[in-house]
Amino acid sequence: MPRMARVNEKTEKPKDARGTLRRLLSYLMVRRGALAAVLLASLAGNVLSLLGPRLAGSAVGAAAAGRGLVDFREVYRCAWGMLVCYLGSSVLTFAVNFGMMRVGRLVAKKLREDVFRKLLELPVGFFDQNQAGDIISRVSYDVDVVSTCISTDLTQIVTSVVTVAGSFVMMAVISPALTCVTLVTIPLAILYTRWMNRVTKPLFSRRSAAYGGMNGFAEEKFSGLRTIQGYAREEETAEKFESFNQSAADAYYQAARAAKRMGPNVRFINELGLALIGMLGSVLYMGGRIGLEQISSFVLYSRKFSGPINEIANVTGEIYSALAAAERVFHLLDTPGERADAPAAEALAEVRGDVLLEDVSFGYTPERSILREVSLHAAPGRLVAIVGPTGAGKTTIINLLMRFYDFQTGTGQVDGRDMYAVTRRSLRQSYAMVLQDTWLFQGTVWENIAYGRENATREEVAAAAKAAHIHAAIMQLPQGYDTVLREDGGNISKGQKQLLTIARAMLYDAKMLILDEATSNVDTATERQIQAAMRELMARKTCVVIAHRLSTIQNADHILVVDQGRVMEQGTHRELMEKRGVYYRLYAAQFE
Amino acid sequence: MKLMLRYMRRHLGRISLGMTVKILAAFLELLIPYVLEYVIDRLAPAGRIGPVLGWGAVMAGLAWAVRWGNIFANQSAVAVSRDCTRRLRQDLFRRTLTLSGSQADRFGLPSLISRMTSDSYNVQNFITSSQTVGVRAPIMLVGGVCVALTMDAALASILCVLAPVMTAMVIFVSRRGVPLYDRVQREVDEMTRVMRENVTGVRVVKALCKEPYEARRFQAVNDRLTRSDLTASTVMAIPAPTVQLFMNLGLILVVLVGARRVDGGAAEPGVILAFLIYFNLILHSAMSFNRIFIMLSKASASADRIAEVLDTPEDQPVLPPARAGGKADAAFLEFDRVSFTHAGGAAARSGDRRGKCLDDLSFRVSRGETLGIIGGTGAGKSTVISLLLRFYDADEGAVYVDGRDVRTYEKKALREKFGAAFQNDMIFAETIRENVTMGRPLGEEDLRRAAADAMALDFIEEKPGGFDYRSDIKGANLSGGQKQRLCVARALAARPEILILDDAASALDYRTDARLRQALRAGYAGVTTVIVAQRVSSILHADQILVLEEGRIIGRGVHGELLERCPVYREIYQSQMGELG
Repeated sequence: MPRMARVNEKTEKPKDARGTLRRLLSYLMVRRGALAAVLLASLAGNVLSLLGPRLAGSAVGAAAAGRGLVDFREVYRCAWGMLVCYLGSSVLTFAVNFGMMRVGRLVAKKLREDVFRKLLELPVGFFDQNQAGDIISRVSYDVDVVSTCISTDLTQIVTSVVTVAGSFVMMAVISPALTCVTLVTIPLAILYTRWMNRVTKPLFSRRSAAYGGMNGFAEEKFSGLRTIQGYAREEETAEKFESFNQSAADAYYQAARAAKRMGPNVRFINELGLALIGMLGSVLYMGGRIGLEQISSFVLYSRKFSGPINEIANVTGEIYSALAAAERVFHLLDTPGERADAPAAEALAEVRGDVLLEDVSFGYTPERSILREVSLHAAPGRLVAIVGPTGAGKTTIINLLMRFYDFQTGTGQVDGRDMYAVTRRSLRQSYAMVLQDTWLFQGTVWENIAYGRENATREEVAAAAKAAHIHAAIMQLPQGYDTVLREDGGNISKGQKQLLTIARAMLYDAKMLILDEATSNVDTATERQIQAAMRELMARKTCVVIAHRLSTIQNADHILVVDQGRVMEQGTHRELMEKRGVYYRLYAAQFE
Repeated sequence: MKLMLRYMRRHLGRISLGMTVKILAAFLELLIPYVLEYVIDRLAPAGRIGPVLGWGAVMAGLAWAVRWGNIFANQSAVAVSRDCTRRLRQDLFRRTLTLSGSQADRFGLPSLISRMTSDSYNVQNFITSSQTVGVRAPIMLVGGVCVALTMDAALASILCVLAPVMTAMVIFVSRRGVPLYDRVQREVDEMTRVMRENVTGVRVVKALCKEPYEARRFQAVNDRLTRSDLTASTVMAIPAPTVQLFMNLGLILVVLVGARRVDGGAAEPGVILAFLIYFNLILHSAMSFNRIFIMLSKASASADRIAEVLDTPEDQPVLPPARAGGKADAAFLEFDRVSFTHAGGAAARSGDRRGKCLDDLSFRVSRGETLGIIGGTGAGKSTVISLLLRFYDADEGAVYVDGRDVRTYEKKALREKFGAAFQNDMIFAETIRENVTMGRPLGEEDLRRAAADAMALDFIEEKPGGFDYRSDIKGANLSGGQKQRLCVARALAARPEILILDDAASALDYRTDARLRQALRAGYAGVTTVIVAQRVSSILHADQILVLEEGRIIGRGVHGELLERCPVYREIYQSQMGELG
């Protein structure tokens, strides 16, 4: 999405501006020395640049004596003075910009770091309930807004305030009478811009809404291109787009037309001021009240004066939206992380692999339970299969076993010890896990397999890959084990991805295995490899499997049939078939 | 760039009027300091108040005229931009919708979307500013220099030297800065990638307790990002203070040279003052050149990207039957030795060793028959569907629908024969009714019948508003199974000649799936049906089953025959259904 105009961003207001500001300041205060230096430099630089017009005016005054009478000593003195002031102020301005830019970027870096640490701490539920992609882009955008504000807006506001105050003082000193002119024009300009901002604000939000609607429509229709073409609806869809397009165009016109009046009007007020100063100045000059040098300096100051006033209004808006952005970042940082381990929690060691859940109930909210009184027992080395329709709560059982979620009632044990009396870390480390969504990151094949055991040797990795029937395929990749896998996994097939995650679990070699079988089929050769690899992986482990393959189900020591958050039936394949209940019906439906 | 001109040409009259007014206004604006100089140098020393006030009023009048002219020109610019972009967007949208499958693949969805949204936005901004700042800045620069020259040539020469030097400097530094920012952007992408990987893989990261490792990984990209950002920003912090410095040095020169000329009697002291004001005006314009330059390079890149879509030639012409040279005895649906490769598509990009998506594929289906296609991911099942509907054209061989080569149909006529539920089909953010009818003239009866047959009526009626229930974007407020059933209803609604179900029941539980198949057998017996599936149970009863692997048919026949003859089919069957019942 294109970044919308400044005016529009001002609509965001932080809820607790003061608290957010204080917290943001604590990030800034880490560099308070640099900040103080920058602030001083900024003050000095601006004062220096304010002296310029004064000196220029004096020079004009010295030259005003006319032909042959110019006091060159005075002119040179002023010129030298101007040179010193301007050079000094340029150097200082650069230093200030550079310094604040650095502070802004470093604060951004710290914020990103904190956000990332938080992401690592947050419970899995957070990612299930929030559109994580949105959070990420939101956060990186928000951090950017904050950083830009620190880099530019803070210096801008110091500069503007010093310039306005300084110019005003200078003008008042030069000629109180002429200053009256600015007392008319400046408030006029301020009132006008404030009024315009109020008028344009709703126009701009209407424009963003219209663009949002149009872009959303286009995005959706493009995503469904195949469907639209398949039903030959191109014409009708284009006609529908026409109305979105038209209202976006209208909204754009309304907003831009209003906004584009602002520049000419503000300039008009400035030119009007110039005319008034010219007239009043000449009158005063005729009365002998002021000289040409005063008029000159005054004109120069009055031109310096008007810009920053508008800036201040703009910058306050920017600062508000930066605070709103910072508030959202802080809000994320304040989200509670995973519950701390019990104080006396010990590490789980020498795991035999006896998993037990008893009468466990769970729901994200107390009213809506996902699982009700589920019990499950997997003795060491046994295979428990969980079957049932989508949405039955199969994945939730796994989430509870891994302590990704904490259940509300019931008990859970590993090797007879309460799941919650051991450290979360040791509990998780005693499971190997292969999930349906194969997760690989951008890194070499080697790094991806060794992800669970960083200190694994090359031989161990290759051995795991061989056991997972993927070694040969890896050797065919351009750089073998050093081939970098792209994020989308584009350079390897879906089946190979599954095999890689199996290899990862092989190498990890825990006593207990959690497996969520993939539903999508791959070609039969790969399917055969996957099944063989799975068998090897499951050997000598306690396995809890969300099963889709009939072979897995039939080989299970125990089958749990889950529907609507309850265990409906359990037993072996044979027992369940004889029972002629839910399992039997599920099984038979395939043949109808 | 050409593209923008193409769309702006139509508004030539309005644009030239606006520009003329803008130019006039700019010149009037330049006159104001001139008048000021006259007042101070000539009128004030004469000591007559009348003319001073009179000329003061002239200045105010000029200011008003300038204001009026600028507002007029700006509004005309905004209106031109509105009309150009509206047409541009409409053309782009229409063209995108009519891209052929391979063309759409080549661009890719994210790219098509960003061309439609942010690129058109960049173009719009540029069309506006090219007529406002784009006119004002050069006029102020050139005009300012001209007025200054007539006022005092010697002083003006300072400007003539400084202005180009500064403009060149600004452009030079920006040119340096842009690639640096490209690098920053790449590092930003890296940083968000690591974040995204952690979010999508949160279960794995936590299961393996890899938090410290991930924190280190992030630290590394974060450090790199900060470093390159600092470099780029440092370079970009140079122009502004430098320009300021140049400008101020110019002021000093004006004072010095001016004093000399006043002393020599060549100039009046008020000239110096007027010059100091011109200086501000002119140098600010020089600075805006930088902005225009950046905007132009951005907008012309965007315009080129849009033009690329608009100028994509039609690549699927309708052939006259004679040139298609088809066979006379073609079946209702037939593939005659069809081979197909995705050019630049996902398969080719992923370095697929096999290359060909379909390899010498032939089959015949008679009217009213049901064809089942089964095979693993990437076997080419969906490609068969895409060729039937002519999303793509076969590289070799011919595809026949209703006995005619698909290339001899008008696309609309061809596709209206079909009702298709595609793999990963789309539910739009509209009402359920609109999603099923897709704007086709269908009656309430058709709608209810289709919903009932697709096993969708029950859940639709449970929704608040029933058929008027609004789906969220991409059907986010519907379950996977509900979405699939709506897509099936959509396919059934117009009672098509040919029904396509591409993996359309994969999210349904076996019971619902079975009931759906019963309803199809009962109500759509005469409809030629193609079912693509990964589940054997979905195609078990088809009149003809094709087993595909790597784009080839490795088995064909009815269920019983395949169980006997096709080992792959048997294997799939056993793994899904157990030991032969």
